[in-house]
Amino acid sequence: MATTAPPLTPPPVIDLREVRKAYGEGPPALAGVTLSVRPGEALAVLGPSGSGKSTLLNLIAGLDRPSAGSVTVDGLRVDTLGEAASARYRRTRVGMVFQFFHLLEDLTVTDNVLLPAQLAGMSRAGARRRAAELLEHLGIARHAHAHPGRLSGGERQRVAVARALMNRPALLLADEPTGALDTASGEDVRALLTQLNADGQTVVLVTHDLSLAASCATRTVELVDGRIVRDVRHTRPTAEVAR
Amino acid sequence: MGGGGPVSGGSPASGSGPVSESGPVSESGPVGGSRPVGGSGPVGGSGPVSESGPVGGSGHVGGRGRGRGSGTLGRVVRAGLGRRRVQTLVMVLTTFVAVTASVVAAGVLTASRAPFDHAMRELRGAHLTARFDPARVTAAQLAGTARAAGVTAAAGPFRTLSLSPRTATDAADLPAGVTLPALTVAGRADSRGPVDRLALLDGDWATRPGEIVIADGIAPVRPGTRLEFPELPGRPTLTVVGLARSVTGTADAWVTPAQAETLARRSATTAPAAPAAYQMLYRFRDAATTAQLDADRAALAAAVPPGALSGTRSHLAVRQEQSANALAFVPFVAAFGVLALVLSVLIIGIVVSGAVGAATRRIGVLKALGFTPAQVVRAYVAQAVLPAAAGALLGVVCGHLLAWPVLADVEDAYQGASASIPWWVEVAVPAGALALVAAAALVPALRAGRLRTTEALAGGRASGDGHGGPARRVAARLAARLPVPRPVGLGLAHPFARPARSGVTAAAVGFAAVTVTFAVGLGLTLGAVQNHRMLNATAPVEVDTGRGSAPPGALAVHVGGPSDRPPADPVRVAAALRADRHTDRFYATTQAEVTATGVSGRTPVLAYDGDASWAAPQLVSGRWLGGDGEAVVTRRFLDAAGVRVGDEVTLAGHGRRTAVRITGEAFFTEGDGMRLLTSLGTLRRLDPSAVPERFHVKPSPGLSASAYAASVRTALEPLGATARPAPDRASSVIAAMDALIGTLTALLVAVAGLGVLNTVVLDTRDRVRDLGIMKAVGMTPRQTVAMVLTSTGALGLLAGAAGVPLGVALHHWIAPLMGDAVGMRLPEPDIAVYAPAVTAALALGGVVIAVAGALAPAGWAARTDTVRALRTE
Repeated sequence: MATTAPPLTPPPVIDLREVRKAYGEGPPALAGVTLSVRPGEALAVLGPSGSGKSTLLNLIAGLDRPSAGSVTVDGLRVDTLGEAASARYRRTRVGMVFQFFHLLEDLTVTDNVLLPAQLAGMSRAGARRRAAELLEHLGIARHAHAHPGRLSGGERQRVAVARALMNRPALLLADEPTGALDTASGEDVRALLTQLNADGQTVVLVTHDLSLAASCATRTVELVDGRIVRDVRHTRPTAEVAR
Repeated sequence: MGGGGPVSGGSPASGSGPVSESGPVSESGPVGGSRPVGGSGPVGGSGPVSESGPVGGSGHVGGRGRGRGSGTLGRVVRAGLGRRRVQTLVMVLTTFVAVTASVVAAGVLTASRAPFDHAMRELRGAHLTARFDPARVTAAQLAGTARAAGVTAAAGPFRTLSLSPRTATDAADLPAGVTLPALTVAGRADSRGPVDRLALLDGDWATRPGEIVIADGIAPVRPGTRLEFPELPGRPTLTVVGLARSVTGTADAWVTPAQAETLARRSATTAPAAPAAYQMLYRFRDAATTAQLDADRAALAAAVPPGALSGTRSHLAVRQEQSANALAFVPFVAAFGVLALVLSVLIIGIVVSGAVGAATRRIGVLKALGFTPAQVVRAYVAQAVLPAAAGALLGVVCGHLLAWPVLADVEDAYQGASASIPWWVEVAVPAGALALVAAAALVPALRAGRLRTTEALAGGRASGDGHGGPARRVAARLAARLPVPRPVGLGLAHPFARPARSGVTAAAVGFAAVTVTFAVGLGLTLGAVQNHRMLNATAPVEVDTGRGSAPPGALAVHVGGPSDRPPADPVRVAAALRADRHTDRFYATTQAEVTATGVSGRTPVLAYDGDASWAAPQLVSGRWLGGDGEAVVTRRFLDAAGVRVGDEVTLAGHGRRTAVRITGEAFFTEGDGMRLLTSLGTLRRLDPSAVPERFHVKPSPGLSASAYAASVRTALEPLGATARPAPDRASSVIAAMDALIGTLTALLVAVAGLGVLNTVVLDTRDRVRDLGIMKAVGMTPRQTVAMVLTSTGALGLLAGAAGVPLGVALHHWIAPLMGDAVGMRLPEPDIAVYAPAVTAALALGGVVIAVAGALAPAGWAARTDTVRALRTE
């Protein structure tokens, strides 16, 4: 009887093949990007403004569709999903952290964190337990009933991270997560992301901040005019990359 | 974050989509757009301000030249209107509906009275036409009544008598030998005088014995026709020499005073108990109201011996009879007009307020470039007033079109006298509506004018944060704990984010719910009136004996000569009906004409034989006939006769008199509601030969009227009687009312729905960032739609719950006024038309309106471009 041999390496969490994205008649934002990210990697995407970093992140998050090529995340062809399936995909397999936190100001910290679970239909008790656990883990439990407007930037970004991790996503996407923070808060978030990755969370972060990439990432790609011009794997800390 | 988006690389006001500057309903949807990255200019994008407006380079905004400044202002206004097409349409529609309803109401109210009032002034119509008993008062005493308190002019006494002529020669439309209806003939020397100047329409006035002038429209005769009076000794014949019109209908025909005396003497020999009467015509100092006329009538009665004044007819009663149908439109159309105006103010307030809120940055740019606060205010007021002016213009035109058939009815009543909407209504109504619109727009426009430039430039992209304050947060916290799906909870909390806007939206939906409730109630009331307005409507089958009566409502013209077959014996017809096993119950009726004390002219009588209580008209008060000597009449009759339920009225006819006691006030409009209902026994006191003319039958349950008529025909035909299903007597006036109510309601509900749509569009724009966040964390399009619909549906539920009782109250106020307009009192069951099931369904009307208005923008919200939305700060 024939048996299937186990794969030597786990399948990639992210698999982009010849991805192209163009807006209108101008030069494409992405011009044939092929990229694989393995589980547990922390990938930093660097590049100047207009290089296609955010477009790449949006395609992985299912917020946008490529003009050509395929985007597969956690075994799912994201580029073929409809609106509703795309929302369910984001809800279950991806967590997102934004530069400006994007918290709902009229909801408490807990209610913000609960939102993805509630949208996914998780049981009320289970969701509350998970939220409490995350807030505790991220050191913001004391703000559970506060509104985001009362928190510091770093604390708000921790709330955003907690919300992103609520449904135990396979992938954490971070778009300039320290871009709107002061130095101390930036350090705080940097340490948090590093820790999360060290705990096994796959992370993709888009940033201008070379020091963030150096301290958090296990791999760095650099985009210029929609193409990957550099792809470096390294172990943390990556002082060379920072320099 | 890469790209040239507005956050990192572009200008703060860049972007071509509706999220930024071009409005929530641009071609690509509320937050759509073809490019996620922004434009290039300080107010870049495709908006008209950057391309053709004052910010685009060529415009001059400094206000240095009035002409150029005005041009710039005009471009800003046009650009604003172009950007907000849905809102502009809403403003056009709301004003259109408000002005349409108001023009119809004010126009009909004024125009329906105008021909009569004009004729009353020109022809010095009689405020009161009074009939006196010559047995109790002399001509000299009557002449003295001209000096009674309040009398400003008097004419008479004129001898009057009731005669039924027959054509003695072929007339235009009648052959010789046709008996005309009974005419009230007055002896009058000329057509002029201090009161009731008659308009001579054809021929000449009667100046010699043997001549008679006929009131226009009474009978199809023309000058030259000879009329014979067969009931008088010697069968005198008079020649029609003219056709005249009395504005207050004081008589049906006029002869010279000498001729009248001659006819009266002859009449006295054949009908001594019903002698000719005297007629006096009066004008009074105060005669505008019923109360004033009552006082005038009392003064007259006091000026003559007791009982001498036997009947009066007021000009108000005449006017009401002639324009009742049109006047019945006024109360409910006026109510619709007010509802529409309130709705207009609310919705235009929302629209302009939303426009100011959405264009804060634009206002900042305009001010930075030199716009003065006054110019900003003018720009935003103009953006409301211009579409409202278009709507008002359309409303005037549409109001004319809708009022036309109503006023045509009035023109018919006045024999073609022009009844058109006065010019001042055409000016005052739209001007008033525009003033209200301007006032509604002024508040948010002033807010725009007061905005500090720097704050406006910094605050153009409202994200929804900061609105609602603690209430919003408390609501959000409570909603998060509700055992409902999260999108529903978020939707429930949302109205607290902008409580003022939510309140106004709820008010708009509430007014729509009031409108629908009111309209449904009117429809039910009119349906009930339609069912009960005709006498004998409950009996599905009519059996004619071949005697007398024409179908109800028709003018009875008796053709002389032997009929083809003798009339059926009513006793045998009754026996045949009784013998038919399919007969459930029946009664018989007979029609006649008598005179009644207090009522000028002839009073039609419908006399019942048998138990007709099951088919009796609806009673407003009192009870149905219990025996002979009793009568049931309408409010109109009571007012005309000046009596109340319980009073006695003396009837005279066929040379006899009898008194009847009014036992009940009924509601019916057949015969202009002036029929007196009594028993056949009572009628026989005046006319012993009276017999049943028509039978009204209710077949056994389950048998149709036509099937019964067919089955009973075999038994009736040998008797000379015919059976047929009772004819459909649907009123075209009520049908027209139903159509108008339906049209106005549909328009108002559409306007309210568009108001909701506008609000949700504004909300979607304000919440675009929040929507983006929720979509980014996994909210599906269906959940987004559910969230948006929940927020508006909740408002709709509350508004509906509040609107239904208000609508019921409005209906209970207006419906009786409609009855008053036609001189009737509606029965309570015709007003209490809201069954619990109807009320419950109406309560959900607010939800339906709100959800219907929110559906489209909910879809737009669901299709929000998440990437663009997240960039909105």
